[in-house]
Amino acid sequence: MPNLLTIALIPLLPLAGFVLSGIFGRRYIRQHAGWLGTLLLLGSFVLSLSTAYDYFFVYGKTDGVYQTLVPLQHTWLAFSDKLSIDMSLVIDPISVMMLIVVTTVSLMVHLYSLGYMKGEERYSTYYSFLGLFTFSMLGLVLSGNIFQIYIFWELVGVSSFLLIGFYYDKPSAVAASKKAFIVTRFADLGFLIGILVLSYYSGSMDFQTMIARLTSPESNEVKSAVAANFLGVSALSWGAALVFMGGAGKSAMFPLHIWLPDAMEGPTPVSALIHAATMVVAGVYLVARMFPVFALTTPAVLEMIGWVGAVSAVIAAVIACTQTDIKRVLAYSTMSQIGFMMFALGVSGYGGEAGLGYTASMFHLFTHAMFKALLFLGAGAVIHYVHSNEMKDMGGLRKYMPVTHATFLVACLAIAGIPPFAGFFSKEEILLAAYHSNPAIYYIALATSGLTAFYMFRLYFGIFWNKPYQSAATGHDSHSHGEGGWVMMLPLVLLGLAAAGAGFIPFGEFVSSDGKALASHFHIAFSVAPVTLGLAGILLAAWMYYRSGNQPDKMAMAFGGFYKAAYRKFYIDEIYLFVTKKVLFNLVGRTAAWFDRTIVDGFINLTGNTTLLVSERIKKFQSGKVQQYALFFLTAAVLLAALFIYVLK
Amino acid sequence: MNLLLLIGAPLLTALAVLAARNKAQIKGISLAGSLVQLGLALALLFAYRQEKAAGQTAQLLFEQQYPLFRSLNISLHFGVDGIAVAMILLTSFVVVAGVLVSWNVEKMTKEFYFLLLLLGLGAYGFFISLDLFILFFFLEISVIPKYLLIGIWGSGKKEYSANKLALMLMGGSALILVGMLGLYFYAGNSFDITTLAAASISREMQLILFPLLFVGFGVFTALFPLHTWVPDGHSSAPTAGSMFLAGISMKLGGYGCLRIATYLLPEGAKEYSTIIIILSSIAILYGAFATMMQKDLKYINAYSSVSHVGFSLLGIGMLTQAAITGALMQMVSHGVMTALFFAVIGMIYDRTHTRMVAEMGGLMKKLPFISTVFFLVGLCSLGLPGLSGFVAEMTVFVGSWENPGTFHRIATIAAAMSIVVTAVYILRAAGKTLMGPVTNEEHLSLRDATWNEKLAAILLLAGILAIGLAPGWLNELLQPAAQEIMNRIAGK
Repeated sequence: MPNLLTIALIPLLPLAGFVLSGIFGRRYIRQHAGWLGTLLLLGSFVLSLSTAYDYFFVYGKTDGVYQTLVPLQHTWLAFSDKLSIDMSLVIDPISVMMLIVVTTVSLMVHLYSLGYMKGEERYSTYYSFLGLFTFSMLGLVLSGNIFQIYIFWELVGVSSFLLIGFYYDKPSAVAASKKAFIVTRFADLGFLIGILVLSYYSGSMDFQTMIARLTSPESNEVKSAVAANFLGVSALSWGAALVFMGGAGKSAMFPLHIWLPDAMEGPTPVSALIHAATMVVAGVYLVARMFPVFALTTPAVLEMIGWVGAVSAVIAAVIACTQTDIKRVLAYSTMSQIGFMMFALGVSGYGGEAGLGYTASMFHLFTHAMFKALLFLGAGAVIHYVHSNEMKDMGGLRKYMPVTHATFLVACLAIAGIPPFAGFFSKEEILLAAYHSNPAIYYIALATSGLTAFYMFRLYFGIFWNKPYQSAATGHDSHSHGEGGWVMMLPLVLLGLAAAGAGFIPFGEFVSSDGKALASHFHIAFSVAPVTLGLAGILLAAWMYYRSGNQPDKMAMAFGGFYKAAYRKFYIDEIYLFVTKKVLFNLVGRTAAWFDRTIVDGFINLTGNTTLLVSERIKKFQSGKVQQYALFFLTAAVLLAALFIYVLK
Repeated sequence: MNLLLLIGAPLLTALAVLAARNKAQIKGISLAGSLVQLGLALALLFAYRQEKAAGQTAQLLFEQQYPLFRSLNISLHFGVDGIAVAMILLTSFVVVAGVLVSWNVEKMTKEFYFLLLLLGLGAYGFFISLDLFILFFFLEISVIPKYLLIGIWGSGKKEYSANKLALMLMGGSALILVGMLGLYFYAGNSFDITTLAAASISREMQLILFPLLFVGFGVFTALFPLHTWVPDGHSSAPTAGSMFLAGISMKLGGYGCLRIATYLLPEGAKEYSTIIIILSSIAILYGAFATMMQKDLKYINAYSSVSHVGFSLLGIGMLTQAAITGALMQMVSHGVMTALFFAVIGMIYDRTHTRMVAEMGGLMKKLPFISTVFFLVGLCSLGLPGLSGFVAEMTVFVGSWENPGTFHRIATIAAAMSIVVTAVYILRAAGKTLMGPVTNEEHLSLRDATWNEKLAAILLLAGILAIGLAPGWLNELLQPAAQEIMNRIAGK
């Protein structure tokens, strides 16, 4: 068994950073917060590496299968005899892989931010938020209980909110942070209900127990869940689909993706960490975590996941071709690549060769984290240099930023799927998995690969070639800092090495749907089509953007309305805006507020006023005049007598 | 532990305040007295846990009884179960915080603190009473001072609000009184809860008495549609008044709904559970949507309280062990949270002299401490894990889901939807007031929290975190009591 302390410290070190910088940062730690956070994260990183080494090479396998180890399981909140939220630490191939991804990228981002955020007024706050995020993300990947994962799921959501809104005096950043939180919250509502459904029928919130019970078709749990249905769909499918809804929100899958491009308002290193490499793949991780349930019990939901992934991949790629803000291009690119991971899971089966899609998805998650973090950090360096996010302010930067240029190129080649860079290997496996089980998705994916190469090199040529660089007339000499110090360049170089070499990892040896080793798949013949398409995309981009010219405009004209629709992101934001502003706010909210003040409270006030009115009227009876009382007395006596004599008898 | 200490300490403090000679003395005595109460409440928690750990299985601990009116069978009967311990703890936290945030009350300071302490006294007495007559007496003690607090130290249309609040709560009390008398005459001439629990009350009688007691207590805890005193009352009340009102008074109602109405009349609870669920789901969602459109911070928190206490009532209506535990947790959690929210709103109002969201912006820059606390309490309100709201709401959801009827499922989903709406209104309010550019030049000269405000905020935050990070202790306190109620409902 691995050492509990070692594993517990991995998330706890960043937490310590959060608490220390959060409470004492403003007054005492200040500029030391950066190094404090970075060193703590270095500790986490080293512990993760040692855990991975121990897990994969020392404990090895039992009977050829990597075992799931649970060094800690502590009941945190017991709802009933059966259901409880446990705080647990789970070590299995995907959680170990994610530990590496999260700590690597987070460490790079911590280091890079030492330069990027230098001089920032809320420097220590920034590092404390980074610590909170890293802690939450590590907690998420180590979760062994579905409610525990939900807890950390919300915590990464709030850290993302805090970091997107880091420049809180900028109204656009505030709006973007709210949007990100609320859209993902809406998805989490689905997740929550999904948890309620699945845990109710399986009688457990523990992943292992839940999966075991829900994947044996003869178990009472499955029978009762299949028998119970709503709108003709079994409770189990509802549960699984709702859990996926949570994943789709976090992973910015269509149609819950609208928050991701706006999230680019946050500092660029944050985009690299949260909105490219780690948090946004939480949805993929969640599906992978519960994969046996999807694959064995609710195949229809899995197919839906495949389609959601494929549609997101292609839509995002098309939009990415038209955007001019370099961070937004990268955001849509992220969405598109996550779509790849998602449909890879969707086309995968469970166990053996059929599980290729699962391995491919995790592999792509790993390589994507490296090259996409690199792209964002490179973009950050560019933005740091030119003080603008817009492509039109860039061009010809290769001479001024050689390191950034070289590493950015490596990352572009990786994401375009050009051998032997990392993205090539993982994407090939994804395409192969799709080819075998769902040809329609395969062709969509193939086309998307071509688009990917095009929009990435559009970006590359647009930033580093195109027109010669002219500094915007900002008045001050903003370029004295060059590309940024070594703290900014080192992460670029390291991630560049990873983006170039990570493809050679025999990933199937370590991660597969059933824990058994899966041989890597590589067929030259199969690779011809995607690589050719990729090269074609690059050439097209080179033709259009290598030099400044009017080809892009002509191309846009040729596509006409379609270009415009893509540029406006297919009007999805507008649809959301209509529903929230017009329907929820004005129709529902306003009505509720009006109804409360006018009708409900009006009724209460009416009761009060009626009482007043009635007392006002009847108080005259209490006049104090004896004659009047005698009159009332006599009248009443006569009336009562009449009543008894004639009516009631 | 002698429970009389819990009414003795606030009574002595209140009397000492009357005898105090200057403002410094008044404040010093109040703070010292409230800290003693806090210490007593913590000691009670400790003693209760110790008894339980020693294998004590009785529901009620530390019982004591002194006859009062022999002819009417009324006695001073005190005792606590897990629910009462939790509520007493909540009360003591809010009392200390309330005393601290009222540090700068200049007008009639002595009377103000006297009434504040009297309110606390009413709440402590209410929670330890096991005789309905005495319980009712303490309930009324906690209504009258509120009338004065709002009427004298309030703001805005304070006379209207004070009247409305007092009259509506009196209306609720009238229903409770009738229900109590019904119980007295139909169940063996006693007001004693333990005697009443043992008596067999016919189903027909339960169906008549339950609505009287439930609605009566329901008025206190903002049962839809009798909640309209909440927004007006809060918006006019002074800060500490709002904190007491939402933090403690509304919990008196929830406690009564569960510990009196549901506990004594289980058949009635079963019969009317559908209506309770409908009304509380409406309150949750409708309250949340109404909050979204509010422009005044106090109105925002008042409507959001309507929505949040809806979870308590929903949990009661669901009639499962986990849901009732959740309902109780929500009472405690909401009590601490909303007291802190009102405290923060008060701090902002004291500085900016406005509570209108549109008139503020970028306060984070000048008021980092207050803004951080505002943020944290907002996150608690929208159910962020690690803070108390999450624990309570999730327990209600999981418990509600255990009731497998389709109707119950739909109500649970409807209630769960509020977590999104809550996020919308909290982030809107926080985004506008704390973030963004500073909209009012005068706000650039504001000063952050003073020591007393910081202390109050940290105290209540500690409560929120103690529940949110390690909910086990609260769960252990409440779950057996919820189980006991469920046993009665199941007819065991």
